[in-house]
Amino acid sequence: MARIIVVTSGKGGVGKTTTSAAIAMGLAKRGHKTAVIDFDVGLRNLDLIMGCERRVVYDFVNVINGEATLNQALIRDKNCNQLYILPASQTRDKDALSQEGVGRILDELKKDFKYIVCDSPAGIERGAFLAMYYADDAFIVTNPEVSSVRDSDRMLGILSSKSRRAEHNEEPIKEYLLLTRYSPERVKLGEMLSVDDVQEILSLHLLGVIPESKSVLNASNSGTPVILDEKSDAGQAYADVIARYLGEDRPHRFIDEKKGLFGKLFGSK
Amino acid sequence: MPTDSQHSNYHPPALEFKSTTFSVPVLVLANNDIVIIEHQLQEKIQLAREFFKNSPVVIDLQELNKQDLNIEISELVNMLRSLDFLPIGIRGATTQQLKKALELAIPAHTGQNQASLTTDNTKPQSAQQAPVAKPSTNTESTTLITQPIRSGQRIYAHGDLIVLAQVSAGAEILAEGNIHVYGSLRGRALAGVQGNIEARIFCSDLQAELISIAGTYKISEDLTETVRNRPVQICLQNNTLTIKDL
Repeated sequence: MARIIVVTSGKGGVGKTTTSAAIAMGLAKRGHKTAVIDFDVGLRNLDLIMGCERRVVYDFVNVINGEATLNQALIRDKNCNQLYILPASQTRDKDALSQEGVGRILDELKKDFKYIVCDSPAGIERGAFLAMYYADDAFIVTNPEVSSVRDSDRMLGILSSKSRRAEHNEEPIKEYLLLTRYSPERVKLGEMLSVDDVQEILSLHLLGVIPESKSVLNASNSGTPVILDEKSDAGQAYADVIARYLGEDRPHRFIDEKKGLFGKLFGSK
Repeated sequence: MPTDSQHSNYHPPALEFKSTTFSVPVLVLANNDIVIIEHQLQEKIQLAREFFKNSPVVIDLQELNKQDLNIEISELVNMLRSLDFLPIGIRGATTQQLKKALELAIPAHTGQNQASLTTDNTKPQSAQQAPVAKPSTNTESTTLITQPIRSGQRIYAHGDLIVLAQVSAGAEILAEGNIHVYGSLRGRALAGVQGNIEARIFCSDLQAELISIAGTYKISEDLTETVRNRPVQICLQNNTLTIKDL
């Protein structure tokens, strides 16, 4: 049974698209046929992060309007043949998305794909609403600061009251927390909320902590999802997230401060 | 959500059935003497004439029937109507009494008390009973919430509200009765919103943005450190919001 995952946050700039690209690639690398959809109509970004911007012919809105078939619009990823990207339209706005049209496309994708990752735009308006409406699982991307946490909380409220599952009184959307841009050093200095602080407010199942990392920016600039950079801490953190999501038990890393060279040599752990 | 508007001859439905809960006074009888009942009712009415005028009422005969005391339904209804009560239901009645009540267009209430009815010697009331739609007369209606109430969510309870999870900052919970919160209360909590000054707020961890009882409120800034993050109860005393340790 296909599962629809929404990557959402409320607040902008917290790492939704980076996360969508990374987890879609991670699931595909595990051999699951995965599609990732950019719901940010008018502010198309996912294709850049996935490095397929030069191969976009048709987009999400074309498919909804019946101007192209789904197969024409889906772009196969060049790194992984199990991964397909459905880009957003850059020339339209969110009103071009209809609830019925989105539902139709997701139903079609469900026949063929194991996972469908919906990259939500920021905000709580139409684009974000439609991205989460049909979801089975939600990855809540949150930065360790108060406004991001507040917006995530708001988003959780919308998930539990306005989604299709809520409206049909079905089992609620499974909610997972992804804490991104985490810096244990700054937490220690009191400049950032800790994992515990965030959990006290959100109390969610923590799927992973992604450390603040230069590799994320490098990955974005080069158009390869950061999860493919297996040496980087962020890449490893996303790989852990995928493992935990698929039911494996992985201890949380990157929550504590990095030890220096001497710490590594002489530290007990 | 708005979808594509269609210009067709489609007529929206002119009506729909909805289920809702009302608070209705229940008249529980312990004596089958109409004269005594009328006398005592009049005494009650004297206390609050406007309150009882044209008040709907549900007749509860469970206590009477437990003692095998019969009462003439038509006499009772006529007496109630003469005192400006509007009987709208009956419960705890025997099959005979129900039949008479139905003749007077008083629907039967198949409430929770029906099961304990033992004096009914005829066969158990099943599908026989007239399926009259009748709002629940449960005056103690309580809303129970087990999920966290997130920022931006708003919960309204017509009676008491019990929340077994946290109430996030930016959320709002309102109740006509009392409010109980067994997680952290970080949002706004308004009890007795229809003016019930007896309403109280109970919470196990007070961090609220605003607390209010019957319109008298305090904001977060007014909360002293002695009550913050503590289990407290909040009530109105002489029109002042009082916060006490639990």
